[in-house]
Amino acid sequence: MTNLLGYTFFQHALLASLLSALICAFIGTYIVSRRLVFISGGITHASFGGMGIAYFLGFSPLMGAAVFAILSGFSIQWLSNRTEVREDSAIGIFWSLGMAIGIIFTFLTPGYAPNLMSSLFGSILSVSNDELLWMALLVMAIILFFVSFYRLILATAFDPDYASTHKIPVHFISYTLMILVALAIVLSIRVAGIILVLALLTIPPTTANLLTHRFNQMIGYSFLLGLAGNVVGLLVSYALNIPSGAAIILVHVLIFILVKGFLAIKPKSN
Amino acid sequence: MNNILEIKNLTAGYNGKPILRNVNLTVREGDFIGIIGPNGGGKTTLIKTIAGLLPPVSGEIIFHFGDSKGLGYLPQVNTFDKRFPITTEEVILSGLMGKKGIFGKYTADDKKYVEKLMEKLRAGHLKGKSIGSLSGGQMQRVFLARALVARPALLLLDEPSTYADNQFEAELYELLKELNEEGLTILMVSHDLGIIPAYVKSIACVNGELHYHPSPEITGDVLKIYNCPIELVAHGPVPHRVLSRHEVEHNSQSHD
Repeated sequence: MTNLLGYTFFQHALLASLLSALICAFIGTYIVSRRLVFISGGITHASFGGMGIAYFLGFSPLMGAAVFAILSGFSIQWLSNRTEVREDSAIGIFWSLGMAIGIIFTFLTPGYAPNLMSSLFGSILSVSNDELLWMALLVMAIILFFVSFYRLILATAFDPDYASTHKIPVHFISYTLMILVALAIVLSIRVAGIILVLALLTIPPTTANLLTHRFNQMIGYSFLLGLAGNVVGLLVSYALNIPSGAAIILVHVLIFILVKGFLAIKPKSN
Repeated sequence: MNNILEIKNLTAGYNGKPILRNVNLTVREGDFIGIIGPNGGGKTTLIKTIAGLLPPVSGEIIFHFGDSKGLGYLPQVNTFDKRFPITTEEVILSGLMGKKGIFGKYTADDKKYVEKLMEKLRAGHLKGKSIGSLSGGQMQRVFLARALVARPALLLLDEPSTYADNQFEAELYELLKELNEEGLTILMVSHDLGIIPAYVKSIACVNGELHYHPSPEITGDVLKIYNCPIELVAHGPVPHRVLSRHEVEHNSQSHD
């Protein structure tokens, strides 16, 4: 195991585990608390459209995915707030539209699309320096935003109507968070892939929520649980030679079951 | 008494469609006005417009205590998610958002005041609990504390007893009376015709228009004159003097 640490790809994977745990702790706690899990699923899948177009035109798939993720997040909100379309229907439309665009452009791209499988299923062992840098920048942006506006984020997320009676920039807060959610999803796709990334954002905060009812503590516990799950999953995938994204998700679910089970048999303290 | 709120020729409604027309009302310091009226008559529309949640279709709302940050507001329906991970103190502190500005932090004094307020509202034992673990009446205490924490000049209440059990309902009105006696001006929407006349100082009937009645008595005549088709249904422990009959001597409460 120690010689494993000597490999750059493994160091990168560990660093990605750490950064992803941080990203998912903040953003995941927000998503879970505000019940934005399904819209996040929509954004995740819609971003595949941007990736496909980026492959086809030969620019950065990460960029394409980010643009599609942000646009789909806002479009879903616009469609459900300003038109007759129900929110879950709007999510369904963008979810499949993105996938359809992605499939068509990947198909049209000459030659073999090497990153297709890693887009869908994740590949934490092949995270590049650039991707790590972007993740680190996103972590800094998220922490800066949460530290500066924690009070407003909490109040706006809890009761937006009430917040707006206090002349709070509710739209600024929630739109900025929507952008951060989109970017968090895009940069986490590398770790678990489009199909599984939602789990990284939802399972650790959900487990954390079993242990606390405070938003800030939920972020803290999510980070610790997320990091543990990511690293253990990574080691399991190496030891058993199975896909890393799926192994990480299974470990997260296992942790959830263990915590839930422990709390069920533990006598209630108050 | 100084005027603290003036509403002039206000037309209010949703998406430019008026529900309330031509509302004129002057609220003075120390007033405790009960707003009654039939469902759909515009009570909540009026409160929301005063609170700044709805832009007026036309007309003016003028506050005489700086800007609307001096408002405390207890909404009728709290749209919040009961499972949201937030504690009672955090909910109450969020009532200070407007005063704190964008980057402000809560101070130790703020937290001490929250504690004091919780004691006053008999919610001291709810400290540290998550909002989702409270009963309806307990939640309403917390939301009332949130409305009061910024020490508002004017308190807007929209059906404060909606989620309350009978016991809290009586306690709530007593509390409001106490706060009013301490100088807080209150504007309260209520369907509870049986109970509010015992606590408020005057009545405004809202049914597409607003009619102000400078005494707290609700009689069939009042309702008829002011075109306020509400059934007088008494329920719960009703203070006996509320529905005074004409042959009984009027227990006039005029505060003019």
